[in-house]
Amino acid sequence: MNKEKTNTGKLLEVKDLRVSFFTPAGEVKAVGGISYDLNYGEVMGIVGESGSGKSVEAYSIMGLLQSPGKVIGGSITCDGEDVISKSKEEMSDFRGKKVSMIFQNPMTCLNPVYTIGNQLVEALRAHNKTISKAEAEKKAMEMLELVGINNIEKRMKQYPHEFSGGMRQRVMIAMGLICSPKLLIADEPTTALDVTIQAQILELMKDIQRKTNMGIIFITHNLGVVAEICDKVSVMYAGKIVEQGTVEDIFYRPSHPYTHGLLSSMPRVDAESYERLVPIEGSPVDMLNPPDGCPFAPRCKQCMQVCLNKMPPYVELGGDHRSACWLRVKEQIDNKEEQTNE
Amino acid sequence: MAKYTIKRLLMAIITLLIVASITFALMNSIPGSPWLSEKTPSQATIDALNEKYGLDQPGIVQLGKYLGNLVQGDMGVSLKMQKNRPVTDIIREMFPLSAKIGFFAILWAIIVGIPLGCLAAYHRGKWVDSVLRVICTIGISMPSFVVASLLLSTFAGKNEALRVFPTIFDASLGFRTYVLPCFALGFYPMCYVARQTRSSMLDALGQDYIKTARAKGLKSGPIIFKHALRNALIPVITYLGPQIAFVFCGGFVVETVFSIPGLGRYFIQSIINRDYPLIMGTTIFLAAFIILMNFLVDVLYKVVDPRIQLEKGDN
Repeated sequence: MNKEKTNTGKLLEVKDLRVSFFTPAGEVKAVGGISYDLNYGEVMGIVGESGSGKSVEAYSIMGLLQSPGKVIGGSITCDGEDVISKSKEEMSDFRGKKVSMIFQNPMTCLNPVYTIGNQLVEALRAHNKTISKAEAEKKAMEMLELVGINNIEKRMKQYPHEFSGGMRQRVMIAMGLICSPKLLIADEPTTALDVTIQAQILELMKDIQRKTNMGIIFITHNLGVVAEICDKVSVMYAGKIVEQGTVEDIFYRPSHPYTHGLLSSMPRVDAESYERLVPIEGSPVDMLNPPDGCPFAPRCKQCMQVCLNKMPPYVELGGDHRSACWLRVKEQIDNKEEQTNE
Repeated sequence: MAKYTIKRLLMAIITLLIVASITFALMNSIPGSPWLSEKTPSQATIDALNEKYGLDQPGIVQLGKYLGNLVQGDMGVSLKMQKNRPVTDIIREMFPLSAKIGFFAILWAIIVGIPLGCLAAYHRGKWVDSVLRVICTIGISMPSFVVASLLLSTFAGKNEALRVFPTIFDASLGFRTYVLPCFALGFYPMCYVARQTRSSMLDALGQDYIKTARAKGLKSGPIIFKHALRNALIPVITYLGPQIAFVFCGGFVVETVFSIPGLGRYFIQSIINRDYPLIMGTTIFLAAFIILMNFLVDVLYKVVDPRIQLEKGDN
């Protein structure tokens, strides 16, 4: 029936999205015009340091921006629906049904005073008014089984404090998936977990993604996680996407100095013991007074005069790989000149 | 649970004995005696009365005797207010009226205070919040005799059109006679509950699980009343427990202003009249009530928040 809708085409289209926070100190342009597409069944990573706007961007898809944050421009189209023009009422029908979200800290994201079963059933019944309680409970138990929780009957009646961190994140995933959403936004879902549990959760998400073919936006600052699970990556810096491409593009052919910096500041398994990690010098941009030019310019080792004055345009590097850097613009111009000279 | 209840019961008895001893000591350290009134009786009469009621004995003996009787449920007889009537009888007669007024007072405080607190928290910083803040600040800072007098002069005063309630309490008038005292008695707790609910609701609404609830697609109603409120109730319950005991045992001021023959008025008058057994009786009664309410509050904590353990190794 919906075959063409479920398998091909764009699940999510974000165009020139701008989000600002109107604080007493002034307007903070947390997201300054970003665009990307996500196809059905694709997994995209959004990478960036704290304050780069990656979570804010995700919250605006969910309509979860809290005052004083506001979407001030651009469009978000999800599964053919315009998200930004939706009313409050329509938004709460949309959340959880079409798009779900799981959060960073599973320790605090479940309500401590209700049982797991109660919270799962509630998520289902919020969008399916006709389902009976018994059916909803059955479905909740299926979901718990899907995310690898044992002893389900007993677990349903337990409270969040009786679960470990990893188990709680599994419950959160089950809760996010219970209405079979088309898109799952995972906001640093493994950051608060220890490394072995991180691997388990990633494995689980990969597995579920394969089974359900839903789209995932994976927000993280951990490039290792990106390599593990994503098809493509957007690198964000100071509210802008500075580089976009497939995982291979980003890891093997990084073209933006910031992406280079991120990669070389990450520990590598194949590194010699004497090699040191290379930090990115300087500190993140003051978002209240962002520079005129490229936001990364003040920290960039290859910074040129033009970088300080003007924001670079995107340079297409083949396929879906694009990067916003004056170095690439310069390369392109040089290449063209060579071609005409020949 | 049974073990826990027994433990609490034993603690309650010890607490009551201490309360009784301290009250007794304080009571005897203030000058005066129950026999003094406008006309001072002759020394011989005083001596005779003291001997009759055992007041001539040393304090420690009196206390011992009193505690011994208390354990058997005997609180002695009134010395002055209702001469020779057993204190237990007086409490039994006075308490129901005070409790009835207290019940309705606290009921409206809860029914109105909690939703108002939620409303203010939900509309934080908006005009609704500001208006409620002003009302609550007034309610908390205004002494109850002012509230009661204002109500009286407005709704039972000279203005014929507004004179819908009686000035003096009269049980035969039924419902109408309860309105003003219940309102006056419940106004302070209502404002306090609203303020407390507001601040703990603000805390709860900022928690991550509210974000989860919103991400699930829940509407504002369930988010506020199911997810936030239950987590916000603990501080409110903590306040309400002892407050219920106080209000049930009668607001002295409100009972005086409306001339209600309740326990609260008796409590204060017994002190003024140095009616020793009555002072002891009402104080111990109030203390026992507060202890009981605190126990109920602790049990309620566990109902509201499953993480709370009543004792080590519980669950």
